[in-house]
Amino acid sequence: MIRSLSLAFVLIWSFGLFSQDIPAIELKDLSDMTVDTRAFVEDAEGPVLFCFWATWCSPCKRELNNYADLYPDWQDETGVEIVAVSIDDPRSMMRVKPYVNSVSWDYTILLDPNKAFARAMQVNNVPHTFLVDTSGEVVWQHNNYADGDEDELYEELLKLAE
Amino acid sequence: MMQRALLVAAMAALLCPWHLVAQGNNALDAGQITGNVQLLFQTYQEDTLIGAQVPPSKTGFNAFGNLIYTRGNFSAGMRYESYLDPILGYPGRFRGSGVGYRYANYSKEKFEITLGNFYEQFGSGLLLRAYEERQLGIDNALDGFRIILRPTDGINLKGLVGKQRLDFDSGLINGPGTIRAIDGEINLNDAIDRLASSGTRITLGASFVSRYQSGSTISKDTLVLQLPNNVGSWGYRAQIQKGGFQLMGEYVRKINDPNADNGYTYGDGEGILINAGWSTKGLGINVGFKGVDNMQFRSDRNLQLFDVPVNYIPAITKQHTYNLAATLYPYATVVQGEVGWSAEVFYTIPRKSKLGGKYGTKISFQYATASSLDTTNLTGVEGAVDGYVRNSWNAGSELFIRDINFDISRKFSKNFKAKYAYFHFDFNTLATPVTTDYKGIVNANVHVLETQVRIKKGHSLRTELQTLVTGIDEKTGEKQDKGDWATVLAEYTISPHWFFSVLDQYNFGNPDPDQRVHYLYGTVGRIEGAHRLSIGYGKRREGIFCIGGVCRAVPASNGFEITFTSSF
Repeated sequence: MIRSLSLAFVLIWSFGLFSQDIPAIELKDLSDMTVDTRAFVEDAEGPVLFCFWATWCSPCKRELNNYADLYPDWQDETGVEIVAVSIDDPRSMMRVKPYVNSVSWDYTILLDPNKAFARAMQVNNVPHTFLVDTSGEVVWQHNNYADGDEDELYEELLKLAE
Repeated sequence: MMQRALLVAAMAALLCPWHLVAQGNNALDAGQITGNVQLLFQTYQEDTLIGAQVPPSKTGFNAFGNLIYTRGNFSAGMRYESYLDPILGYPGRFRGSGVGYRYANYSKEKFEITLGNFYEQFGSGLLLRAYEERQLGIDNALDGFRIILRPTDGINLKGLVGKQRLDFDSGLINGPGTIRAIDGEINLNDAIDRLASSGTRITLGASFVSRYQSGSTISKDTLVLQLPNNVGSWGYRAQIQKGGFQLMGEYVRKINDPNADNGYTYGDGEGILINAGWSTKGLGINVGFKGVDNMQFRSDRNLQLFDVPVNYIPAITKQHTYNLAATLYPYATVVQGEVGWSAEVFYTIPRKSKLGGKYGTKISFQYATASSLDTTNLTGVEGAVDGYVRNSWNAGSELFIRDINFDISRKFSKNFKAKYAYFHFDFNTLATPVTTDYKGIVNANVHVLETQVRIKKGHSLRTELQTLVTGIDEKTGEKQDKGDWATVLAEYTISPHWFFSVLDQYNFGNPDPDQRVHYLYGTVGRIEGAHRLSIGYGKRREGIFCIGGVCRAVPASNGFEITFTSSF
């Protein structure tokens, strides 16, 4: 049985099925509007950066606060759009909007309180960041955040802009 | 046999797209597979001083592998799990390897059908929330059928029937109760054309959740009482948004549910949750009220703690992340009943102002408290049957938690940031039993200073200096609970691949000099995109442990820990 499973795994891998597109999950934004995640990527004019975060996650907030300073330049140079997906559960979900406005993030914020989108994107823990190109395919991802990680991300964004 | 059948089914699902490639002559037609893996291996050394125990297996190993296959509107997935043997801190009865979660889903614009396992949440979860918190070993996934209908814009209807995950022994084991539930939600702006352009957005919802579990009788004093087969709960909710203003309210009730949490009494359960917020650029305010009375609801009336909860009752306090504030006195809802409120302000002093500095200065303040309910105990037959009556939603005589916290953070330059945080807890260890060393209210003050220095491109050093000081016990004249603590954390990161950290948690003020222990723990890790490997060694006290942005509940331990996570 294990041998059969291994064979199936190898066959599937060899046929290139292990790629990642954005699944279609309906989430609410901070205006209570429903957003389809796949449609959002299809409608975007440039690459989309999905950042999974939570109000209780310090490295997530460091990441998004650092991006906030760089975002206007990134948008001008690469056309990227940042989507910050909060996995705050009912305990902290209502804290998201006051926090986001207080720090003036200029991102699209989506609420994923029971992690439907996070599960579909295979997120183990936050922060987890996905860069999606205009064809809707994930071209870069990073789990965790430390100051300076944005340098590698910026290089990836420039590659997409070329 | 069951295990084998599931593996064959999984293999068939995985092989299926290979045939589709041949038929479609187009790799895109073959669909897509994504997955993730999480491995956790731990060794144990005995350390009687900190209470670290060695299980008979000497080591622990938990592993999880998820696969999701998607093609068009169809998706199917499974999670393979191993507990060989389980890491201490997880439910100890989890054993062996097997499939713990599997499902198939078909989704179109107007409807969606799921069979097998699924997670779900109605409203804020006060009536129904099936979810997974793997780090804590919590998984109450439903196993059955669910249908979601979206007949027109703005209307969402859900119906489900299933049993809930309870246990794992080389495969999924469900609890005995059957859950039947329906939920309806309407967004008035999307559903009614003339409200479409309104600046005020209104969403209304209602749910009904029922559990069937075969009943029997119980004896109380001279009474023989029948346990109901069916429990019913229902609720209503509303959410209003207008610009920076938001208001959410939910009201729930439950009947016919004598259970282990409420001492097998028959009184109705009731809960109310209200949250209001207002925010504008630079300022956010949030206030909340929560009252719950006998609202804990499970698939099995005889179980408690983490087992098969049907609903989720959020704590009124926020989840802290700094080591001492998060792990020593973490508050959890008292499920039998509590009433509480919270208020929180976020403010950013504008950049380039005298106080805000070049980059702005962020401030937040929160006050949160929860107390017992205002109740009167009943006597005689009424007491045996209903236990008590609640007089009002006012706070009762017993304080459960008072949590006051404040923080200020500032970026001083491109290379230097600092943050100061203060926490004050009045924490009732009888309500939330996090310690066996002290019974009553612990008064604790926590100070944290965090700095972050960018040394050169890609190299950064983050440090945390923390102290926790407890009050003096009036009876003994000694420090409350385990006394005073200090924590020092240093985390050096070479972006984007390496991190190194050392954490020392020192119980320098323990009333017992023998217990003034250093809990020293070191970690080294490497990150490659979505793959993360870390190796840690040292002592850890019981509590919730967070490092590198990941938190997990752990018992006291001494030894190596290797973790690997990957997504593909």
